Amino acid sequence: MFEATAQNRRNLKVEGLFRLLFLWMTCMLILPVALILGVLIVRGGPAISWEFLFTQPLNNMTAGGILPALVGTVWLVVVALIASVPVGVAAALYLSEYAPDNRLTRAINLAIINLAGVPSIVHALFGLGAFVIFFRFGTSILAASLTLAVMTLPVVIVATRESLQTVPLAFREACWNMGATRWQTIRKIVLPNSISGILTGVILEVSRTSGETAPIMFTGAAFFLPFLPQGVLDQTMAMSLHLFVISTQVPDVPEHMPFGVALVLISMVLAMNGISIAFRVYLRGRKKW
Amino acid sequence: MSVPVQASEALDCAIEVEDLAIRYHGKLALSRVTLQVPSHEIFGIIGPANSGKTSFLRAINRMDLMTAGMEVSGSVRVEGRDVRSWRNPYALRQRIGVVFPLPVGLPLSIYDNVALSSRLRGMRKKADLDLIVERCLRRAALWDEVKDRLDSLGSLLSGGQQQRLTIARALSQDPSILLLDEFSIAVDPVTTMRIEEVLAELKSEMTIVLVTNLVQQARRLASQTAFFLTGELVEVTETEAMFEGGAQDPRTTAYVEGKFG
Repeated sequence: MFEATAQNRRNLKVEGLFRLLFLWMTCMLILPVALILGVLIVRGGPAISWEFLFTQPLNNMTAGGILPALVGTVWLVVVALIASVPVGVAAALYLSEYAPDNRLTRAINLAIINLAGVPSIVHALFGLGAFVIFFRFGTSILAASLTLAVMTLPVVIVATRESLQTVPLAFREACWNMGATRWQTIRKIVLPNSISGILTGVILEVSRTSGETAPIMFTGAAFFLPFLPQGVLDQTMAMSLHLFVISTQVPDVPEHMPFGVALVLISMVLAMNGISIAFRVYLRGRKKW
Repeated sequence: MSVPVQASEALDCAIEVEDLAIRYHGKLALSRVTLQVPSHEIFGIIGPANSGKTSFLRAINRMDLMTAGMEVSGSVRVEGRDVRSWRNPYALRQRIGVVFPLPVGLPLSIYDNVALSSRLRGMRKKADLDLIVERCLRRAALWDEVKDRLDSLGSLLSGGQQQRLTIARALSQDPSILLLDEFSIAVDPVTTMRIEEVLAELKSEMTIVLVTNLVQQARRLASQTAFFLTGELVEVTETEAMFEGGAQDPRTTAYVEGKFG
């Protein structure tokens, strides 16, 4: 019969050790997430009420609700999406489907990846110079959203390109061989089979912008503005800046309020991520090849 | 286009290739190919892997334009006209149907797979499309198996069915030339025989270039056969002669007798 050698036993022991190590690291990863959520729910939970969500701030932001900040964040994210998605998707289509694989294309791809690494405060100053001052949008939702859009553009491009690459080359070749142009191939085969991935990627990335503070601080987000924005040229409050303000700039804020704002903000992001993940799972279930 | 001097000869030739060479990123993949493919016949191309057979097909329908680093020199004439003189390569490709080694059912319904080519050309009427879809599926010997589920996905059919679907799709282009690249690799023997029967019928309507790694398949179908080896054309011979020991080159005889490859 088989007899385990010393080497076999050693392998088994090492196998167990590494498994434990990786498990431990995974727990370390989950721990901060669980702690943050736990603290926010315990300490911010009592602050959440319909009143908190749907009324104006009162008494120099030490009481009342967060409605203008909530609405402002939605405005900022939606306008940023409208600005960045068409440009990003079109650029990704060009880079993935049309551009020849040469040095210039590779340089552009590298530049896009590097653009994603530009610190958000640098984007903020760019937005201030370009949109607020040069294009004369003033400090407004438009200027802030465009700044956010420029910041998210690289991630939109990368997410879209990755999604496009999941459509096998053989499908494109089959279309080209029957006389389809590149655009016909994109419209009939590539986009219909990657649009879901593009959308989920975009939602996932853009949900992150709702928490950005620096880029909107100089370009359109207001310290305190007790009414709702009426259009894209208005200034607005935003959740992220509001959290910063009531945590550090305003005296005598009741302790549960910043936690409540943080909880609402993180819930918004998680809800968007949840939608995007659900979407992806649903689409994976009806994969076409 | 000016009519070439050898007009009478050109009329009988669907494809004329002269001194064709193909490079990928400067590296030679195929060179010195000169041959004529007669109209309305099945022209076989045999040879081991990496001998340049697929590259040859890609040069005919100008896929070099869609392939990074692929360069073609020499001349390829389709129906008397140099393929590089077509200002619109898409129109050229519409006249040439292609079937790949691994069946590529597009992620569309069976109906849409076969209707795609007509739709790309702007055909919209449902009645016309219905007619084309049914005719092409019948000719590809697939109609009876799929007529009740034309709405289900073409990419989920079995391998043999998908390959017949791609043949139906190629036929829907109403091509004058059909290029088949080792179509039977992923197909069971029974389906292969059915497709071979279809091809034998089709040659009255179009010219067929059959690249195959099954030498017996070339023998069954092709009237002439070319032997490619390591990027060169060894010879073109009447198929029967090639298999009866009449090959001009000893390497051809060795290959068809199964001594290598």
